Amino acid sequence: MSATLPITLTVNGESVSADVAPRVPLVDFLRETLGLTGTHLGCAHGVCGACTVRVDGAAVRGCLMLAVQADGATVETVEGVSDSGEIADLQDAFHRHNALQCGFCTAGMLMTAAELLDAGGPPPERAEIREHISGNYCRCTGYQSIVDAVEEVAQARAADKGGQA
Amino acid sequence: MNVTTKYDRPNSYIGSSVPRPNAARLLQGRGRYVDDKILPRMLHAAFLRSPHAHARITRIDTEAARALPGVVAVYDGAEIARHVTPWQGVLTHLAGMRSPDQPALAIDVARWQGEPVVMVVAQSRAIAEDALALIEVEYDPLPAVTDMEAALTEDAPRIHPEIDSNLCWQRDIDAGDVEAAFDDPANTVVERRFTFGRHTGVTLEPRVCIGDYDPSEDRLTMHYSGQAPHMMQSVLSRHLGVPEARVRVIAEDVGGSFGIKIHTYGDEIATMAAAKLLKRPVKFAADRLESFMTDIHARDHRVTARAAIDAEGRLQAVEIDDITGIGPYSVYPRSSGIEGNQVINLIGAPYELPAYRARLRVAFQNKVPMCQYRAVGHPIAMAVMEGIMDDLAAASGRDPVELRRINLRADDSYPSASPQGMKFADLSHQACLDKLLDMMDYERLKADQDRLRAQGVYRGIGFVNMVEVTNPSPMFYGVGGAPIAAQDGATARLDASGAVHVANSITEQGQGSESILAQITADVMGVDLADVHVTTGDTATVPYGGGTWASRGAGIGGEAMLRAATALKDQVLEVAAAILQGRPEALDIRAGNIVDRDSGQIRMGLADLGRTVYYRGNELPDGVAPELIATRHFKVSDYPFVFTNGIMASHVEVDAETGIVTLLDHWVVEDVGTILNEKLVDEQIRGGVVQGIGGALYEECVYSEDGQLQNATMADYLVPMAGEMPDIRIAHVSTPTRTSELGAKGAGEAGTAGAPGAVMNAVNDALRPLGARLSQMPMTPERVLKSLRQGG
Ligand code: FES
Ligand code: FES
Repeated sequence: MSATLPITLTVNGESVSADVAPRVPLVDFLRETLGLTGTHLGCAHGVCGACTVRVDGAAVRGCLMLAVQADGATVETVEGVSDSGEIADLQDAFHRHNALQCGFCTAGMLMTAAELLDAGGPPPERAEIREHISGNYCRCTGYQSIVDAVEEVAQARAADKGGQA
Repeated sequence: MNVTTKYDRPNSYIGSSVPRPNAARLLQGRGRYVDDKILPRMLHAAFLRSPHAHARITRIDTEAARALPGVVAVYDGAEIARHVTPWQGVLTHLAGMRSPDQPALAIDVARWQGEPVVMVVAQSRAIAEDALALIEVEYDPLPAVTDMEAALTEDAPRIHPEIDSNLCWQRDIDAGDVEAAFDDPANTVVERRFTFGRHTGVTLEPRVCIGDYDPSEDRLTMHYSGQAPHMMQSVLSRHLGVPEARVRVIAEDVGGSFGIKIHTYGDEIATMAAAKLLKRPVKFAADRLESFMTDIHARDHRVTARAAIDAEGRLQAVEIDDITGIGPYSVYPRSSGIEGNQVINLIGAPYELPAYRARLRVAFQNKVPMCQYRAVGHPIAMAVMEGIMDDLAAASGRDPVELRRINLRADDSYPSASPQGMKFADLSHQACLDKLLDMMDYERLKADQDRLRAQGVYRGIGFVNMVEVTNPSPMFYGVGGAPIAAQDGATARLDASGAVHVANSITEQGQGSESILAQITADVMGVDLADVHVTTGDTATVPYGGGTWASRGAGIGGEAMLRAATALKDQVLEVAAAILQGRPEALDIRAGNIVDRDSGQIRMGLADLGRTVYYRGNELPDGVAPELIATRHFKVSDYPFVFTNGIMASHVEVDAETGIVTLLDHWVVEDVGTILNEKLVDEQIRGGVVQGIGGALYEECVYSEDGQLQNATMADYLVPMAGEMPDIRIAHVSTPTRTSELGAKGAGEAGTAGAPGAVMNAVNDALRPLGARLSQMPMTPERVLKSLRQGG
C-alpha cells in the first residue's frame, strides 16, 4: 500500500480528519471510512450518478473525485441532508409518487434533483427535469415517477415563494 | 383509474395506493445493501478472469501474488474444486437437455471471456486487485464458437468434448394441420426472420455477497443480494457440504435484480468456499466490468416465423423456428432452456389459433452464459407474433387493429387452451383492446399520422397483445428436479402490544412486496398499516418458500399472507370471545379494537388482549390456551401458471435522415386480476416498459467474432435514460384469478414482455411509406438507416 496523506474536511457539518491513501475515491472514503453508506457505487466510472454527493455546494460524482481532493472541502451526503430536513419535501414527494423501487439510485437522484430545485428561476418543465437527471441511471422506475415528484416539489416551492413575495 | 373489486370498502388497504412503508429508509440513505455491511475480520475477494473466449489453461503461477503483504489466500479452479462440487444446469422435464458439469472456477479450459480462473482473498479489495496483477496464467487459445447457428454445424469446434455437439436442447411442437393452411391458395401467408440481440440486466447495484462461516457450529451465512434465499440455501448446502439447516441466507436490501441475481455464479460460490476454508467473513463485490462479463445475459434469438390467415382474416397456422445461444453452460439450477421454451410456448397465445408448429434449438457458444431475465422469452414471443400480425394486416389490406380484433380470444371463451397446451382462464383481451383504443384516441392519431406524412414527418403506431406467465405452479421448476419451491409461506403473529408481525418467504427488491404483505395483513386483521411489521429475506426467520421471481410475489406470497392473517384473526377472536364471554362470530376487529360485529361497539383493544394473553394468563378462563400465531402456505393448483393479459401501444417518430427513433407516447392496459396497490402495479409496468424499450432500441452486448465483449462499460452499453423516455399511460381491467381467494395475478414482467414488440411495430409503421422494414433489435439509428437504404 502506498503512503497515506492527512486530510481534514467537513462532512455533514462535522469536522473529520483522516489519513487516506491517495488512490481512494471520495465515495469509498465516505462509505468505508466514515460508514456513510447511503451514497452508492454503481459504476466507479462517472457514468451512473449513484455516487453523487454535494461538495462545496455543487453536485459531484464521488467516484471521480479522490478523497485527498476533498481536503478542506465541505461535503454533504444523503444522510446529512436527510437529518437536517433540507430535502424533506423532496423525499416526501418521492415517497408518495413511488419514485424509487430498489432505492440504489435514490441518494444520487435526490442530490441531483436538489441541485435543480435550488437553481432558482421559474419551476422547471418536465423536459428540463428529464434533461437534468439524464446523468443518473435508474434501472427500476422508468423515471416518470421521479419526474412527477421533482415537478411537484418545484411547483410547490415556487408557489410558496410566490405566497411570501 | 378506478377498478372495483370485492375488497372495496371503507378503510380497506387491499386495493389502496398507500406509499411503501419500507421506502422511507431508502430515501434517507439508511438502506442495508450487502456492500454496506462490514463484518469483523472481513476479507475481500477478487478474481482473475479469462481474457479469452475459449482457451486451454496451460500454466498458473500464483507465487508472487501469494507473497504480497495483505494477501491471505489464492485459489485456482482445481483447489476450489476440492471443496465445491460442480453443478449441472439441467431440468429433467425439459426432455433431452444436457449440460456438462460446471466448476466454480475454470479448470483446464476457460469457456467464456470473463470466466473466473483464479481467486485472491486479501485484507482489502485493493490489495486483492494488486495481487491479481502479479498472477501469471498461460493460455493456449482454442477456436471460439460464437455464432449460434455456426455452433450447430457438423464441423463446429466442440465446446465440451464429452458431448457430441454444441446442442444443449431441442424441442419440437406440431399441433394441427400446418401444411394445409400454408398450401391453401385462398390463404394469405407471410414469412419473416427476426434477430434479437443479447442484452443484460445492469442492476444498478452489481452482484455482491459475503460469506461468513462459524466452524464451531458448522454454520455458513451468506449475505445475499438476490431473490431466492431458500433456493440459494439448498444450492450452498449441496455444493459446499454444509447441512442445509446450517446454511443461512440473508437478503436485506437488494439494489435491483430483474432475474439477474437468482442464478448460481461461480465467483459467489467460491467466495462462500473461501469463507469456510479461512473461517473468516469474505466479501465479493463485482465491479461494473465484471457485471457485464459475468452477470447472465439474456435473449439472443434468431426466429423465422411464418403465418397464414384465411380470406376472413382468421389465423390458420403459425410456424416458428427459434435458435438461441446460451453461452457454454446451461445456468444452474433454473437452466437456460426456459427462455426458448417460453418463446415457443407463448407465440400466438392471445389469439384463436388452430395449427402450430415450432422448433427450438438451444446452442452452446463461447459467450457469457445466458439465462432468465425479466419477462423470460415473452418479449421475443410477443414481438414475433405481433410483427407477423402487422405483416398479415398489411398483406391483406386490413387495419392492424381490425385483424387483431378478428382473432383475439373472446372474453367469454374461458377456460381454453392453445395448440401448445397452455391453459388460459380469466383473461380479458377484448376489454383491454377497447380500453386502449379509447385511451390513446386511435382514430385521431391515425389522422395526424397521415397529415404529418405529407409533410415528411414519419410517425408510427405499434400494438402488442400479450399474455404473461405469472404465479407458476411446481410444473415450472420443481417438477424438473430443481431445489426451487413453487409454494410460499407466511406467518402472522400478534405481540403483547397488539402489533402484528408477519414473515413471508417472498422477497423485496423494490417492487413493493413488503408493502402488499402489510396491506393484506392490515386489511384482514383490521389494524392500522403502521401496526404491521414485515420480515422477508432470511432463511432463519421466514417460512419456507420460493422467493420472488416469475411475477409470483403478490399472487402466491400474498395469498399465503391472506390465509395466515385470516387464521390469526380467527385465533384472536376466539380468545376475545373467551375473555368477553361471547361468541367469536359476533365479534370483529376494526381499527385495532375488538368490536361487536353488528353494532361496531368497542369491547377491548388488541393491546389489552395481547397483554392479557402474554402477561396475565391467569385471567383467562379455564381451558383457554391461546396461540396467537399462524402459518399458512400456498401454491397454485389445477393450472400450471396463472396467465395475465394486456395490450400496449407505442407511438414513435423516426427521423429518416439520422435514423433516430423518438418515443412520443406509450399506453398500456393490463389485467393483473385483483389490484393490491395500483400505484405499485403501475410503477412495475412503467419500469418494465422502459426495460423493454432498452432492449428494443439501445441495449446490446456486442461481441467480436472471437468472442470478445466489445462494450463492457456503462459508457458503451446504452440503457434508457430519463431524457429519452416518454410518459407512459396505464389503465386496468381487473379479472381476478379463480386459483386463489385474493385473486391477484403477477405484474412484474408484463411491461418488459410487451414493449419491445410495440416499439418495433411502431417503428415499422413509421417506415412503411418509405418502403423499409426492420426485424432486428436493438433498432439502433445505424440499423434504421440501413433498412432505409435496403428497403426492408
Ligand atoms: S459510481 Fe460514480 S458515477 Fe457511477
Ligand atoms: S430505484 Fe432501483 S435503480 Fe432507481
